[in-house]
Amino acid sequence: MTAPAPGESHLDSSEMILNMGPQHPSTHGVLRVVLKLDGERVVDAECVIGYLHRGVEKIGEHRTYMQFNPYVDRMDYVSAVSNGLGYCEAVEKLQGVVAPPRAQVVRVMLAELNRISSHIVWLGTHALDIGAMTPVFYSFREREEILKIFEKYCGARLTTHAFRIGGLQWDLYDGFESDLRRFCQTFPARVDEYETLLTENRIWRERTVGVGRLDATTCKALGVTGPVLRAAGVAWDLRKAQPYSGYEKYAFEIPVGENGDTYDRYRVRLQEMRQSCRIIAQAVDGIPDGPILARIPKVFKPPVGEVYHSIEAPKGELGFYIVSDGSLQPYRLRVRPPSFVNLQALRGMVRGALVADVVAIIGSIDIVLGEVDR
Amino acid sequence: MSMAGGWWLVRNAECCRRPGVLAAGLTAALPAPAANLLAAVTSPQAAATSPPGNTGHFLLATVYILLIFAGISVGVIVMNWVERKVLAHMQVRLGPMRVGPHGLLQPIADALKLLLKEDLVPQGADHLVFWLAPVVVVVAAFSAFTAIPFGPTAAVSDLNIGVLFVLAVASLGVLGIIFAGWSSNSHYPLLGALRAGAQMVSYEITIGLAVVAVLLHTGTLSMQGIVRAQIDHQQWLLFREPVAFGLFAVAMVAETNRSPFDLPEAESELVAGYHAEYSGFRWSLFMLGEYAGMMLVSAVAVTLWLGGWTRPFPNVHAAGLDALFSFVPAACFLLLAGMALRAAWKMPGHRRWRVQRDGLAVFGSLLLGLGLLLAVPPMRTACQNVFWFVLKVAVFQYLFIWYRATFPRYRYDQLLRIGWRILIPTALANLVLSATLTALRP
Repeated sequence: MTAPAPGESHLDSSEMILNMGPQHPSTHGVLRVVLKLDGERVVDAECVIGYLHRGVEKIGEHRTYMQFNPYVDRMDYVSAVSNGLGYCEAVEKLQGVVAPPRAQVVRVMLAELNRISSHIVWLGTHALDIGAMTPVFYSFREREEILKIFEKYCGARLTTHAFRIGGLQWDLYDGFESDLRRFCQTFPARVDEYETLLTENRIWRERTVGVGRLDATTCKALGVTGPVLRAAGVAWDLRKAQPYSGYEKYAFEIPVGENGDTYDRYRVRLQEMRQSCRIIAQAVDGIPDGPILARIPKVFKPPVGEVYHSIEAPKGELGFYIVSDGSLQPYRLRVRPPSFVNLQALRGMVRGALVADVVAIIGSIDIVLGEVDR
Repeated sequence: MSMAGGWWLVRNAECCRRPGVLAAGLTAALPAPAANLLAAVTSPQAAATSPPGNTGHFLLATVYILLIFAGISVGVIVMNWVERKVLAHMQVRLGPMRVGPHGLLQPIADALKLLLKEDLVPQGADHLVFWLAPVVVVVAAFSAFTAIPFGPTAAVSDLNIGVLFVLAVASLGVLGIIFAGWSSNSHYPLLGALRAGAQMVSYEITIGLAVVAVLLHTGTLSMQGIVRAQIDHQQWLLFREPVAFGLFAVAMVAETNRSPFDLPEAESELVAGYHAEYSGFRWSLFMLGEYAGMMLVSAVAVTLWLGGWTRPFPNVHAAGLDALFSFVPAACFLLLAGMALRAAWKMPGHRRWRVQRDGLAVFGSLLLGLGLLLAVPPMRTACQNVFWFVLKVAVFQYLFIWYRATFPRYRYDQLLRIGWRILIPTALANLVLSATLTALRP
């Protein structure tokens, strides 16, 4: 297990530049990593991003607040609901309105479903990166259940545009509660199935334990958030630290790891899926009656000012910084994407690792290039 | 049994004899090979009791080579379909369903597609070596089959150095892989080729040591001799050398680059590894070589540890049991026929499905005919040896598929560590222990 540190090689071999990506099965999109290799060992790595840059922030300055709402779905397209939640809450904060209680509960349920579906995509692809090809099919089976619920609720499966500024556009469909209850009943057993395949698997442990270790200090220095930070042992979750959308009403735990390695990140995300299931089960039992949309002016012009609001997206802290000049459109709209910030940690983690570890580490950060590049 | 042993000794002594001499003397008017074939056809009894190849039946040996070549190719096609279906069903999906009933024609469609694809050679590649690489892989995998005994008579040759020959020729395959990686002039293939080189060299030592442990019990390197020794012992060598078998079973997966040791072609790391720059027919040759290699190592494992062509419980000779086992081949085909016919029956009656339904019915009928043919008494005994051999190999093929569906992939350094620090010391210790026990045995 003890690999010689980089540069400590006994053989005189010339370094090789390996251009991993932007077309590569395991860089989760169009990430390009330029690896400097000594044999199979990574001496240095450089991330090249921007292949999926669409100028989302700039587009925000040329759309009204309402018009921009669907655009945020296209950033982290695996968790479109969370993006919408973050954006809507930020604009509501700017305007000074609060979504009605019913809307808040529905938002929590959909956002937590979305967290499960995002983690499930991560689990499948991460396992595939490490060479286990079966979990991806199992996990997509459960994701399908979630996407069906999304589809029934708002007609879309991936880029849902589920929320509106001030609340919701649609009320719940008949049978939403029973769909969710059924999902919450079956899902924990399905997580057990994944764990049977992976958690105690000897090869899985060898491939992940101690790989891509990132300690809490480095995490904080780099601004890393989300499961990667929690795997390093820091119990920081915005749902607890700065509750929004009524998260303070639900009982759930923040799973934390100890070593901050790839294995801990895997454990943390699996636990988070179970906790999300717990939150959904609580929320579905207490859906209040009432309106779903707060009173919002037809011509939406927030007062002059600025706001920063962040939520705990599946991948970490997703923040929206909006500057309003009192017009129809934001003066400046800046997104703090968790994937982009977390990706900074990659270079430090892959130095001294092997090529096979690089894909495991990229997978364990859980990035979506749509969000990194925006 | 002693007769068989004596027969084998005679065979070994004669193994250098030039083909055709004896028979040519008997029928001088005919060219020697034709006379051999004539002799083989006119006196099937003689052909049935002596293995071809080194008994003078030159043409018969050629026929056997062609038969084996065709058989392995068909086996690869079947394996391709079975792997996709089994993997699919393990992964809650259906697998190929469109081309032919239940996707039965999918491998043929894929083969056609690969043949029709443009033949690409990357710029800067070494053309000769690039061309040579897939050929080496395929030739190595196929030619080793000439020493594999599918039955006491169903073999091309019975070399007195059979095991050595198979291991030596099979290990040439790695050359093809290194050729491919080096000649592609590309980074991923190069890394894949280096991995393949390190991996195969390490694991071949384990294979060699495991095989030597078997040789202690058989005293011969002849593949037929090893099976006959197991018949003489009234026991499969699996029960005498379980550790060696376990080591071989692990090492053979690494030797054939299959999951969880599929590092040279690790899709998620090296895109496609050593064959990343190959496409079309050349690529299909690599696949052909890989699957033939899987069958080859399985065949070696079956021959060395699982009694080769003998049926299960070879030491029990109750008359009823013999009769019962003789019906198993027919029963297998009848079962498959029943499944195919039932699926055809259950298909929706819509016009759209007619071709599929009829195709499956024809396929089922073919299987049914084959099953009935194998139930006829002379065929029943004639197919026994080959059937059991193929069945045992098929079990290993299923295991290969199962591993692939279950395990993540090992890392390069972990793979080598397992090879050098666990498998090789264990194999050495097992060899010393076996040697001691064999020496102490009266």
